[in-house]
Amino acid sequence: MADKNKDLSRRGFIKKSLGLAGLLGVMSLPVPQLMKLRKDSIAGRGLTSKNPANQAQLEGKARAWGMVIDLKKCDGCVNIETPPQCTQACINGHYGPNGQQWIEVFEKELAGGGHYFMPVPCYQCENAPCANVCPVAATYHDEDGVVLVDHNRCIGCRMCMAACPYQRRFFNWGTPKLPAAAALTKYSPLYPVPAVKGTVIKCMFCAHFLHDGKLPYCVKGCPTKALYIGDLNEDIATNGAEVVQFSKFLDENSAYRYKEELGTQPRVWYLPGYGQLAGRTPRDHRPLMPPQWLWGDDDSNRCVGIWPWGEDF
Amino acid sequence: MKAGDIGGYRERLERTVFNPLTQTSVGFYLLVLVLLGVVGWGLYAYIVQLRFGLLATGLRDQVMWGVYILNFVFFLGIAMAGTVISAILRLTHAGWRTPITRMAEIITVAALMIGGLMPVIDMGRPERVWEIFVYGRFQSAIVWDILVITTYLIGSLIYLYLPLIPDFALMRDRLSDGASTIKRKVINLLALGWQNTVEQKHRLEKAIGIMAIAVVPMAVMTHTVASFIFAWMLRPGWDSTIYGIYFVVGALFSGLATVLIVMAITRRVFHLEEYITEKHFRYLSYLLLTSLLLYLYLVVTEFLAIGYKLKLEEKELLNLLFTGQAAPWFWFFIIAGFVIPAFLLVFRVGQTIHRIITAAIFINMAMWVSRLLIIVPTLQVPQISESLGVYTPSWVEWSITAAAFAGFILIFTVASKLIPLVSIWELAEDAETEAHSESTGEVAEAG
Repeated sequence: MADKNKDLSRRGFIKKSLGLAGLLGVMSLPVPQLMKLRKDSIAGRGLTSKNPANQAQLEGKARAWGMVIDLKKCDGCVNIETPPQCTQACINGHYGPNGQQWIEVFEKELAGGGHYFMPVPCYQCENAPCANVCPVAATYHDEDGVVLVDHNRCIGCRMCMAACPYQRRFFNWGTPKLPAAAALTKYSPLYPVPAVKGTVIKCMFCAHFLHDGKLPYCVKGCPTKALYIGDLNEDIATNGAEVVQFSKFLDENSAYRYKEELGTQPRVWYLPGYGQLAGRTPRDHRPLMPPQWLWGDDDSNRCVGIWPWGEDF
Repeated sequence: MKAGDIGGYRERLERTVFNPLTQTSVGFYLLVLVLLGVVGWGLYAYIVQLRFGLLATGLRDQVMWGVYILNFVFFLGIAMAGTVISAILRLTHAGWRTPITRMAEIITVAALMIGGLMPVIDMGRPERVWEIFVYGRFQSAIVWDILVITTYLIGSLIYLYLPLIPDFALMRDRLSDGASTIKRKVINLLALGWQNTVEQKHRLEKAIGIMAIAVVPMAVMTHTVASFIFAWMLRPGWDSTIYGIYFVVGALFSGLATVLIVMAITRRVFHLEEYITEKHFRYLSYLLLTSLLLYLYLVVTEFLAIGYKLKLEEKELLNLLFTGQAAPWFWFFIIAGFVIPAFLLVFRVGQTIHRIITAAIFINMAMWVSRLLIIVPTLQVPQISESLGVYTPSWVEWSITAAAFAGFILIFTVASKLIPLVSIWELAEDAETEAHSESTGEVAEAG
């Protein structure tokens, strides 16, 4: 050892340290990030939305899941007098923690003073602000372009929640109270059940279903078939009743994306409307019904007492 | 000062400065006990939070950051103190800085320690902090934050330590009688064999000079990167290019105010009136007024720029700040942060030190509120829903905040017992130079 140390010249030492530093640098890049770097260098960012076919050629069999929501068909389920069935199906299917609506229906104003209903899942943005800010790559794009959260890695800093301009991320503030069945489920980022305390959770397009040719809970649950899920690469989408050509469907129905100007490139498009195809009028004032949870209590309404010896804790 | 007085001056200086190191009053133990009590209570609150999760805070999905992140930014701001006083004033050869540099540097170190802890307390999964070092992505502002804050902390520790070496040597020579073996050994070690030779002095000056230059960019980076946590987000108010410099100047402002408050307290408690004089308060108050005007300028341009255009979400933010829920806080910030201090710093009414300290206290309160105004109202503005976010900090959050402040004071208090709060050798050197220049007939600047 002593001899070796003598041989270690200054130049050699610098070389070795630089090599070690470089190695450490590469090692500090997490695996998904490395994969992403590789993918980016092949495909180039944001190409999918511009030229889906091109992307398919470049990336082989990778999917690019996207969603179209036809607002002409969405009546917020007020006609059938139930909570929005997309939200309800999602909650039931994912054992969603009480208070979290991964797909949430909002009431929005029309230009003339009436209003329409807008279901909002996670937009799975291509330039996702949430994935950009994550310090540990716990939230990332999978190879099909879905933004996932790894709940075994998430440190709970909530940078992604601050970054998301659509309020589409939720935090498990306490230990989620879930039905017993949830505990029997095998966790995966594609099906994050049971929810983990102290981590961020969100909609993931039910991507585990898509590969098996099944529809997401929300799409399947929608009674008016307003939600279409599809693959931008294959240029095809379906609501479970009909199959459409993705690009043509967007073009012919004046599709738009919410807050397009932010440049996040959502993979969810809206077709403007107010539920007319479901028999709703703009001035229909029947409100949305809140979804139901059969488990837990609404944590968002809970708060600790003023004193530690107070009611709650 | 005549050359003959130097001996007496030096002796008096050593006696005064070493006094807290050799004698400990009951009051000190009482203070430490109270501070430990508050920190302990904060620890209990944190255990409650660990057990129930962040559900124990007032934070919810819409307003997901609160007083923890607020304290993080606030304490980082205070950390600017050391750099301004000891580095920038050294680089500009402001001779009057000598008696206050060490205090300022201790403030920096203490504030960085407390501030750096806050984001960890804010985490939902604090036991996974190590992942940042293993899986860290440089695209995330948090990784930058950790890099920059640790660099700044280490830099500040070195910068605090270097000028301490001759003073440790002095402690080794003067205070070793009756000290325990361990204490003697530690001081011996810390003194690094300092013998006050010309060569040693030359090297030390050089090292201090290098560190003085190095910590300035570290400080600027720290505040800039802290601002990135907000400025890199697509949120009303945060989505702004002004944030980097806005945080740097804000830090300057609150850092200077903190130094002034700490100066006033230590001067009184440790009888340092001879060394920390009205002149120091006056000079620092000029700097404080300058940073007040700079900060005011940034606040005005920022609000003017978004208020002129009134983009949808930003309009909602301004409504919230000017007339809505946050208005009491906002107007407190304007009045306590700018109006009252500006009046106190410009018009010389009443006793100088009292006047300046009152301004400094108002400024620090206002700067804490200013951090609140940066974080909470922006998050309250709905991004997609129609309802404003709500946030009321819980007792857990208040307890941990109190513990953070107590911890900050505790670090400073303990430091005041372990190291001389005033750089003895530098002050003695200044006095010698002054006496020398006087005896050779030069006109010395007499404060």
